[in-house]
Amino acid sequence: MTKTANTELLRFTTAGSVDDGKSTLIGRLLYDSKSIFEDQLESVRNTSVQRGLDHIELGLLTDGLKDEREQGITIDVAYRYFATPRRKFIIADTPGHTQYTRNMVTGASTANLALILIDARKGVIEQTCRHSIIASLLQIPHLILCVNKMDLVDYSEEVYNRVVSEFRSFASKLDIKDLRFIPISALHGDNVVNKSDNMPWYQGPSLLYNLENIHIGSDENLIDCRFPVQTVIRPNLPEFPDYRAYAGRIDGGIFKPGDQVTILPSGFQTAIKSIDTYDGQVKKAFPTMSVAMQLEDDYDVSRGDMIVRTNNQPEPTQDIDFMMCWLHKNPPRPNAKYLVRQTTNEVKGIIKKIHYKMDIHTLHRIEDDLTINMNDILRVKIRTTHPLLIDPYRKNRHTGSLILIDQATNETVAAGMII
Amino acid sequence: MQQYTLNHLEELESEAIYVLREVFAQFERPVILFSGGKDSILVSHLARKAFYPAKIPFQFLHIDTGHNFPETIAFRDKLIKELGVNLIVGSVQDSIQEGRVLEEKGLNASRNILQTTTLLDTIEKFEIDCAIGGGRRDEEKSRAKERFFSHRDEFGQWDPKNQRPELWNIFNGRKQMGEHFRVFPISNWTEMDVWQYIMEEKIEIPSLYFSHHREVVERHGTFLPHSEFLNLKDGEKIVKKQIRFRTLGDITITGGVESSAATLEEIVAEVAATRVTERGDRADDKRSETAMEDRKKEGYF
Repeated sequence: MTKTANTELLRFTTAGSVDDGKSTLIGRLLYDSKSIFEDQLESVRNTSVQRGLDHIELGLLTDGLKDEREQGITIDVAYRYFATPRRKFIIADTPGHTQYTRNMVTGASTANLALILIDARKGVIEQTCRHSIIASLLQIPHLILCVNKMDLVDYSEEVYNRVVSEFRSFASKLDIKDLRFIPISALHGDNVVNKSDNMPWYQGPSLLYNLENIHIGSDENLIDCRFPVQTVIRPNLPEFPDYRAYAGRIDGGIFKPGDQVTILPSGFQTAIKSIDTYDGQVKKAFPTMSVAMQLEDDYDVSRGDMIVRTNNQPEPTQDIDFMMCWLHKNPPRPNAKYLVRQTTNEVKGIIKKIHYKMDIHTLHRIEDDLTINMNDILRVKIRTTHPLLIDPYRKNRHTGSLILIDQATNETVAAGMII
Repeated sequence: MQQYTLNHLEELESEAIYVLREVFAQFERPVILFSGGKDSILVSHLARKAFYPAKIPFQFLHIDTGHNFPETIAFRDKLIKELGVNLIVGSVQDSIQEGRVLEEKGLNASRNILQTTTLLDTIEKFEIDCAIGGGRRDEEKSRAKERFFSHRDEFGQWDPKNQRPELWNIFNGRKQMGEHFRVFPISNWTEMDVWQYIMEEKIEIPSLYFSHHREVVERHGTFLPHSEFLNLKDGEKIVKKQIRFRTLGDITITGGVESSAATLEEIVAEVAATRVTERGDRADDKRSETAMEDRKKEGYF
């Protein structure tokens, strides 16, 4: 593809409750970047009037389903899009209540950045902790804490500093690589798009400037080469009689033609002959490119196999420890077997041990109640029928993640971050 | 220092290719839903990329309302030939003749809703287990809640409140007999992304997207093309306008906008400046606040 539009893509997630100004903030970002269209605004205006509101409820923009609009609640993750000349943004907007932890986890799973709002008057509350813990657990590389409603505390530096230090002391227990704070007023637009005159004591950039400039080039693992095979491409066409390539997406590291590679789990060694795309061969393939690899030697390679650099291999293992978020309304059945999906692999597995349940407000380990219910986060161990090629989630979010599928219903019942 | 990052179109392209390859790996009889509109043309282009140098390993399915722009059909047939794929046509006219559905009456009569029955019948007849569509989350509010892999029960229905969670890029396409999936590889693309990509990739699209002169009728703030299928209201006049279409559907419900944009560059500039969503000209979405959600639950595209 030609590269005329050189803008990066940033995926971020927001979580919040009804009153913390999240909808107002998103509405403002969309509106100020001209991503809300007149007919959408018209529809929201009509609904607001019908409900007898005296303002335009921008939250209606993200509440897409009939039930959500009727009940004024967000049930599911909604995806919203906006762009500035510098970047294109995908917002995974998730509801903030405890019962929607599973949606927050879903929205966080693909995000580069988490946006958390705190009401300056209330400071750090239970919900702030929950959102931060999930952001940390899902290893979102960047976290921006917006101290909102600064207009209601007279734009006070003292209040802001108190909230920041309160959050910092809590966040010291978390695993957050890049943490930033911004005092804002979503309602009045202070420090959202432009720097605010109301808070001259704040030296940092606005929220949008942060979103546009945060360095995301290092969010992917560029060290450990991982290429899970999705499918095999064999054209059987006269022009390509012997063509055979392995299609997939690069999940880690930088691959080059000529690299010595090992095919797992078989352990065969060979070298990369070429890395192909429709637009021609490439000299380097890095995350998250979708490519097709030709190898020097003909081995039996199929979906679920992984091509890695010979000197840097993941550990094949059948006993997997991970942090599990239970997503389904029904608890697991005793001794149930699940399908475990990780990269392009699928094996059967059984939950062997529950180490502890996590209190998602305090990070405390609960060891006397190991029942599993929807939205619970627990540390568990599963035993699988075949080895999986895994990395710790901290090292690689692609090869370190898995889902559990109930064989009886085919539903996705749990998500896991491998330890 | 070399940057190992993709730009936003490359990232979206790679994501879509990944999804299309997952479809191939997880399903037995997938089809690409082809309407002749830019989004389904884009999906076809991405499918060509995903399996190159092999041919696209999917059949194409067109649900034909019988109320077509002739340009769309000509374009469809040419592309099918070029790609060397098999085309299945599900005919709404046949569904009407067989008595499966009743033709709508009245001024705003259209065959839009009837398509759902024809689509589901065709899916059942050919035992299609996955229908790949060009739906995008930015198009319409209920689509914003759609998954990449979207489950449909044995009646072809969508249950938006009970969707499978979709995490990372691990897609769960498992289903019971008789159920099927809708898969949306370009979920994360916006209208702007689609046009920019079409421009950069020089993808051929039907002439209807470019500015042209056409006989139209103004209704609900949009210009409906004059055709034998359009019922005129008292006082409505056929006028000639220079227009183009932002979306393409059934000729009775697809409104055009006045435009002089004759090249892809001009279209991109126009899209960047426009203040109404592209489906704002679609009569099918204007029937009620939740028109799309209601149709989608029943099994619409």
